[in-house]
Amino acid sequence: MHYHSEALITDLTAKAQSYRIQVLKMVYQAQTGHIGGAFSIAEVLTALYFHHLRLDPANPDWEDRDRLLFSKGHACAMLYTCMAHRGFFPVEELATFRQLDSRLQGHPDKMKLPGIEACAGPLGHGVAIGVGMALAQKLRMQGVKPSALSAPSGRASAGRTYVVLGDGEINAGVVWEGAMAAAKFKLGNLTAILDYNGIQQTGASADVMPTEPIADKWEAFGWHVQEIDGHNMQEVLAALDRADEVHARPSIIIARTTKGKGVSFMEYDNRWHGAPPNQQQYETALAELEEGLRAWLH
Amino acid sequence: MAALVNMRKAYGQALVRLGQTHPNVVVLSADVSNSDHSYMFEEVYPDRFFNVGIAEQSLVDVAVGLAYSGKIPFANTFAFLFATRALEMVRTHLCYGEANVKLMGAYAGLSDSFDGPTHHAIFDVAILRSLPKMTIITPADGAAIDKLLPQVADWQGPVYFRLSRNDVPVLYDDQFAPEIGKAHQVRDGRDVTLIANGVMVERCLQAANILAQAGIAARVLDMHTVKPLDVDAVLSAARETGAIVTAEEASIVGGLGGAVAEVLGETLPTPLKRVGINDRFTETGPYHALLDRYGLAVSDVVHAADQVLQMKSTGR
Repeated sequence: MHYHSEALITDLTAKAQSYRIQVLKMVYQAQTGHIGGAFSIAEVLTALYFHHLRLDPANPDWEDRDRLLFSKGHACAMLYTCMAHRGFFPVEELATFRQLDSRLQGHPDKMKLPGIEACAGPLGHGVAIGVGMALAQKLRMQGVKPSALSAPSGRASAGRTYVVLGDGEINAGVVWEGAMAAAKFKLGNLTAILDYNGIQQTGASADVMPTEPIADKWEAFGWHVQEIDGHNMQEVLAALDRADEVHARPSIIIARTTKGKGVSFMEYDNRWHGAPPNQQQYETALAELEEGLRAWLH
Repeated sequence: MAALVNMRKAYGQALVRLGQTHPNVVVLSADVSNSDHSYMFEEVYPDRFFNVGIAEQSLVDVAVGLAYSGKIPFANTFAFLFATRALEMVRTHLCYGEANVKLMGAYAGLSDSFDGPTHHAIFDVAILRSLPKMTIITPADGAAIDKLLPQVADWQGPVYFRLSRNDVPVLYDDQFAPEIGKAHQVRDGRDVTLIANGVMVERCLQAANILAQAGIAARVLDMHTVKPLDVDAVLSAARETGAIVTAEEASIVGGLGGAVAEVLGETLPTPLKRVGINDRFTETGPYHALLDRYGLAVSDVVHAADQVLQMKSTGR
């Protein structure tokens, strides 16, 4: 287990909160987009992009990078925000979100935006595509000398594969097809993070399609399972480290989160799955998020 | 009786040869490898073979992940499942996302004859032809598989390769040099052109022999690639013979016949008849009897040729 300093935790948490503000502005300006699931995944995506993932924004096709499949593609406003601030493209480009001629399509688009590993939006693809990528990384490890693998961070490997899933998304059968395959092929180089915010488009996941006991399900499918508070940066970082150390089986982090996290009237409310705020809602939300940010910047 | 070649065995052998020449080729199966004979590849290259279980959506998505990592995945299962159960994966990642995945559609057409209408793949061509970037190939015999498979591996982008389950007549020898996207003229003629693929190429040759006895010279084109269609070959045939018959082991809706009709209708209206399964479901039975029952008999081709020749002569 790696030590994560308090300064790192504070910095990443403040980043995540500031990215919520960015997402709010993007969706308000565009008057289209998905806020709830973007807010719930803020800490996880920030931890991945600004600490955990091995990647090079200047060389998004670097063969031995870590690969992130953002399978809950509708929440891409947060993905784009993290990518922009990480240096994949200019931050100003975020203003083009969901507009004509933009690379920031309504759902993550591999054909338009470097750094997107696969198109997402139709839900359920991430785990099975991740199985293919992790298999290829395993084949590469078998096929070449470790010295031939790039290792700028001291970790000589063919990279790992990470999949970010939504809890509504796992209603889709292909998720479980992929889950079985990942265990069969003993993919210790595959980590999934399940954004378990408990709300999907038309209501509570417990009502729409119950998936509990969720940890038991993944365990039964042969995965290493951790459950964490997905808004606690310390827990997020520790769980990502722990997952990397699991051998010969895939790993999932069940991140218990709050849909619409950070804005009182959006939290736990499925109406904020895919609706933009009006001006008054925007101003109230902005004030709440800025207050939340100040708590980390004091 | 012409010599026969078993298409499954020809495919398995070609796949093993591909494994030798193309180290980036990996093979995936949805647990039917002893049906489609991809097991032959597994025997030689066990580390490059992945059985994902009876899970066709996962089959395609896992292949997508491998393709995005520089591999050339050949995904194997029954043809009808690619075009129906796994269609969204094919559309989103192979066609829109340009994942370089090769779909090996086993038991295409009526060739899984005894397993019945649920297993017959006759709407697959129409469904997949509607997708931008998709390439669709139906080889006519074992030599065609052998010659085309390396081209499929080298082709940039998704390919749907329709494979027969059965013994089919040998058409070609080792000199056969097909090219993806180019029609191969099997027989020349000036009166009518029979455009076919798969097992229907040989049936069209039989039809051409019958027509020849009546003094009609039929050109026969092997249009193994339905998409991208060899438009020049179609238009040359229309100009030079003035009458066209298409013949395919698929529905008459949207397949080779549909593709040819689109070209002719917009460019050079020409008397046309489509031989295929007439927009209906099928049933269980012996393969060749089923072909005859469902509109793919040699006599159906001859009859269609007579009809287009009649239209040509009467100018309607």
